[in-house]
Amino acid sequence: MANQSTKTPVNVGLFATCLVDLFRPTVGFAAAQLIENTGCTVHVPEQTCCGQPAYNSGDSRHARQIARAVIEIFEDYDYVVVPSGSCGGMIAVHYPALLADDPDWSRRARALAAKTFELTAFLADVMKIDSLDADYDGTATYHDACAGLRELKVRDQPRELLASVENLQLTEMDETEACCGFGGTFCVKYGEISTDIVSRKTANVVKTGADLLLAGDLGCLLNIAGRLKREGSSVQVRHVAEVLAGMTDQIPAIGETAPEISGKTNGG
Amino acid sequence: MEFMKPGAFKDNARHALADENLRTAMTMLNAGMIPNRQGAVDRLPEFEKLSQQGRELKDHVLGHLDYYLERFERNCTAAGGHVHWCSTPEDARQAVLEICRSVDAKSVTKGKSMIAEEIHLNDFLEKHHIEPVETDLGEYIIQLAEEPPSHIIGPAIHKTKDQVSDLFLKHHAKLGRTERQTEPPAMVNEAREILRQKYFDADVGITGANYLIAETGSSIIVTNEGNGDLTQTLPKIHIVVTSLEKVVPTLEDATTFLRILARSATGQEFSAYTTISTGPRRADDVDGPSEYHVILLDNGRSAMLGSEVQDMLRCIRCGACMNHCPVYQSVGGHTYGTVYVGPMGAVLSPALLGVAETKHLPCASTMCGRCEEVCPVSIPLPRLLRQWREKQFEAGDGPSLERWGLSIWAFFATRPWLYDLGARMAMRGLAYLGRGKGRLSKLWFAGGWTDGRDLPAPEGQTFQERWRRQQRERALS
Amino acid sequence: MSAGKNDGGNSSGGRAAILGAIRQSLGRPELNNEAKRDLNEHIAKHRANLVPARGKGEHGAQIKQFREMAEAVSCTVEIVPDEAAVPGVVAEYLRANNLPTQITLAPDEWLAGLDWDSQSLLETKSGAAGIDDLVSVTPAFAAVAETGTLVALSGGGHPTTLNFVPDYHVVALRTSQIVGAYEEVWTRLRKANKQGKGFTMPRNINMITGPSRTADIALTIELGAHGPRSLHIVLIDDESAGETSDRTDGETDGEVGQA
Repeated sequence: MANQSTKTPVNVGLFATCLVDLFRPTVGFAAAQLIENTGCTVHVPEQTCCGQPAYNSGDSRHARQIARAVIEIFEDYDYVVVPSGSCGGMIAVHYPALLADDPDWSRRARALAAKTFELTAFLADVMKIDSLDADYDGTATYHDACAGLRELKVRDQPRELLASVENLQLTEMDETEACCGFGGTFCVKYGEISTDIVSRKTANVVKTGADLLLAGDLGCLLNIAGRLKREGSSVQVRHVAEVLAGMTDQIPAIGETAPEISGKTNGG
Repeated sequence: MEFMKPGAFKDNARHALADENLRTAMTMLNAGMIPNRQGAVDRLPEFEKLSQQGRELKDHVLGHLDYYLERFERNCTAAGGHVHWCSTPEDARQAVLEICRSVDAKSVTKGKSMIAEEIHLNDFLEKHHIEPVETDLGEYIIQLAEEPPSHIIGPAIHKTKDQVSDLFLKHHAKLGRTERQTEPPAMVNEAREILRQKYFDADVGITGANYLIAETGSSIIVTNEGNGDLTQTLPKIHIVVTSLEKVVPTLEDATTFLRILARSATGQEFSAYTTISTGPRRADDVDGPSEYHVILLDNGRSAMLGSEVQDMLRCIRCGACMNHCPVYQSVGGHTYGTVYVGPMGAVLSPALLGVAETKHLPCASTMCGRCEEVCPVSIPLPRLLRQWREKQFEAGDGPSLERWGLSIWAFFATRPWLYDLGARMAMRGLAYLGRGKGRLSKLWFAGGWTDGRDLPAPEGQTFQERWRRQQRERALS
Repeated sequence: MSAGKNDGGNSSGGRAAILGAIRQSLGRPELNNEAKRDLNEHIAKHRANLVPARGKGEHGAQIKQFREMAEAVSCTVEIVPDEAAVPGVVAEYLRANNLPTQITLAPDEWLAGLDWDSQSLLETKSGAAGIDDLVSVTPAFAAVAETGTLVALSGGGHPTTLNFVPDYHVVALRTSQIVGAYEEVWTRLRKANKQGKGFTMPRNINMITGPSRTADIALTIELGAHGPRSLHIVLIDDESAGETSDRTDGETDGEVGQA
C-alpha cells in the first residue's frame, strides 16, 4: 500500500453519511479499512447528515444550521472522506455557496471543502493508490452517480481502482451517466416517475450481462437494488467500497438476505 | 384533448407513464437525441470554448440590454422595419392583430415560434377570424391534434408515426386525401402538398427569431424544413414575434451562437436553413414582404434581470436540457402543463406564471445536473431550480406535512446524540421488518418508494454504534 | 416603406416601460456616453470570436472540405472546368432526374449571361418562383467549407423564393467563392455592400446547408419537407485554369459597421 511511510499521522475524518450509518454500516467499515490501508488514521466523530434533504427542499435555514454543525465537527481533520459523491458534493461544493454571505463561516466552509473528498477520489487522486488487496470473481458494471460525476468529477477513479481488483471484469452499460431516479426526497415525492427512471437504469444494467452492479452512492444503490429485486433480477448490488476492501464475503449484497447482526464485520 | 395544468403535474405524470404511444415516442427520442448531440460536439474540438464565449456574450448583452435593444431598434427602423415594444402578452397579441387588420388579413402562415406559443397567439387570431396556419410540420401536427407543443424544438415529438397517420387521415380526408398514409415520406409529402397553396394565399407570415442583431437590426431564424422562409417571403407582411433577450451585438457574435445551437439541439453541424432578415423587400427585389415588423416581448423578462434567475435569460432554446432530463424522458412535455417544458421550462415558467401556479415544476427534478452539463450556455439549472424551491419554502407553499417532517428531521440532525438514538431504534425496526428477505416490499409510510421498488433492509445496527463498540473492544484487547 | 418612429398601438408606452424596467432591474440609469462609446466600438469592430480550426485550412483543402460536408447533408456536387459548361450540366441533370425541361433562372447578370441557348431543349424563364416551378438555377454569394453551407443574398438578381419554392434547386458556385469560415463571408459582405462607413444588408441572407428536411414524424429524417427536395451544386473551377478570381485577400479587415 502507498504512503505507509508517512511520518506524522494523517488524520482522516470519515463522514459516513446518514444512509451508510443507517442502512449499510459495512460500507463505513470498508471505507475506514481502505483509508487505514493508506496509512492514515480514521476518525468517526459523532455525526448525522450533510443537510441535503433540507437544502434540496428549499429549506436553506436548516441546511445552513446543519452545515455549520458539520463544519464544526470535521474542520480539524487533515482530510474528510465521504463514501458518497452526493454528500461529498454537498460539503465540497454547496456548503461554501450556502454560507457565502457570512465571512467567517464562508472561510471555514471553503477550508473544509478544500480537504473533503469522495472515497475513490481520495484513494486514487490524493493517496495515489495503484494496487489493492481485493478479489472478486465476476463481472461488474459501474453506475456513475450524478453528484459524484458532475460535482466532484468522479469518473475514472473508481474504474482505475476496480482494475486492480483480482478476477474482476468491468463492463460498461449504456447511459452509465444517466440518473437512476433516486434524487433524495424525489424518489418518494414523485415515486412513479422515479420508478420509471430507475427501470431504464436497471434495463441497461441487465443488458450488460454483469452479475454485479457497483456505484459509489448508497442512495442510488438502494434505489437500483430495490428495483432489480422487484423485477426479480439476480444481479447483485454493492457499494464500490465493499469490493475494493475485499468485504464481499462478509455481507450479502444490498437487498439480499440479511446477515446475522452479531459477527462477521466485527473484526476487532 | 384535455388541458393539462402545471398544478396537476402528478396526475399528468401518471397519465403520461401509462400512455404507451408516448412511451414509444420517448424511447425513440432518448435513443436518438443524446448520441446525436454527443457526436456533433465531439466532432468540433472547439465546442467548449465556443460555448464559453457564448455564455460570456450573453452575460455581456444582459448587462447592457437597454443599449443593445435601442441599437437594434434604430438599425431595424433604418432598414425600413418597425419595432413594437410589448410589456405583456396582451400587448403583443394586440400589436399582431393591428398589423393583420391593416391588410385585412384572412389567413396567416406561421413558422415555429415559442413566443407565439407563450402569448397563445393562435387562439387569439382564430377568435378574431384570422386563420393561423402552422407550417412547421411538428407544429402543424399538434395544431391538427389541438395540443400544445411537448418539446421546444420538436413540438410533436410525443406522437408516434401511427398517431400522425390517423390525424392526417382524419383532417385531410375532407381535402380529398382519403388514403391513409403509413410511412413518413408519404406523410411528409402529403403535408407539403396541402400547405403549399397556403403559403401563397397567406396575407401575413409570422416567424419567431433565434437571434436579433443589434448591429444590423436583423432577425435570424434557424430551421430545417424551409417553412419559415416560405412563411416570411411570400406574404405581404412579415411579423417576427420575439423577446428581449434574443439580441446579440454583431453578425460575428451571432455566428458564435449558430455554431453551438444546431449541435446542441439536433446534433447537426448546421441546420439546413439559417436566414438573416433585415427590413422589408428592397426597391429592386422581386419577392419578399413589403413590411417587416418585430414584436419585442418582455413578459417578465426585464424583472428577471438582476435577480437570482437572470442566468436563465442566456437560454438559446436548443432543448438539450430536456433531451437529457430523466424526468422529461419519462413523462414528456405535456405533463409540465406549461409552454416551456423540461428543466428550462421548470426554471422559466415560475418567472413567467408565478411560483404558486407552477409549484411542482422546480420540485419534480432529481437534481442530477445533466441539464447543466449539456447546456451550451452553462445555465446552472439545478441551482436555479433550488432558488425556486427556496422561494416556495419561504412563501410556505410546500405541503405542510413535508415542512413539519423537515423541521423534526432538522431538529434531530443538529443533535447527534438524539439522532443516534432515534436512528438506532428506527433501523432495528426496519431490519426486523425485512428479516429473512433482506428487503421490504411494502412500507405504509413510504408507498412512493415501495409501489415500484423493494426497500433493501438495513443491516440492523447503525455504523456509528458498531464503530464505537469496535473502538472500545480494540482499546480493551 | 416609411422608416421612422415605432408604430403600433401601445408601442411607445411599451418602449419606455420596458427600457425603464430593464434599467431598474440592472440597478442603473441609462448608460452614459462614455459607456456607450465602448459598446459602439464593440459593434464597430465586430471582431470575430473563436473560429474553429476546421474553418482555417488552405484554399484547396477548403474546397475539398466544402464538397464533403455538402455531400454529407445530401447535396449532390458536380465539378466543371469552366462556367461555359454550366448550361450543359444543368440540362444533363434534368435528364438524369427525369425532370421536365423548364427551369427558372435567377435574373443574375452573370448567370443569365451564360450560354443557355446552347441547350436547345431547355426552356428558361427568369424571375421569382411561381408555385408550379419545379427547378430553379441560382448563383450564390459565397460558400462555407466549415459546414458545406451555401450563402445566398436576396436582391434583384436573386429572388429568395427561388431557394425555397421549387423541388429542385441548382446552384452554380465558383470555387473562388468558397471560404473556410462564416466570418469570411461577413467580411466579403461588408466589402461588397460597403456604403459610407458601414454597409447595407440585403433583405435576406440565406445560409443553406443541404436540401429541406424534417424529423418531425417519429424522428425519421425525410428530405423535402417544404423547401427543395434536392440541392445540386455545380462547382465551377475558376481558379486552376487561370480565370479571374474574385477571392479577396485580407479577409479580416477592420471596416466599421453600420452606424
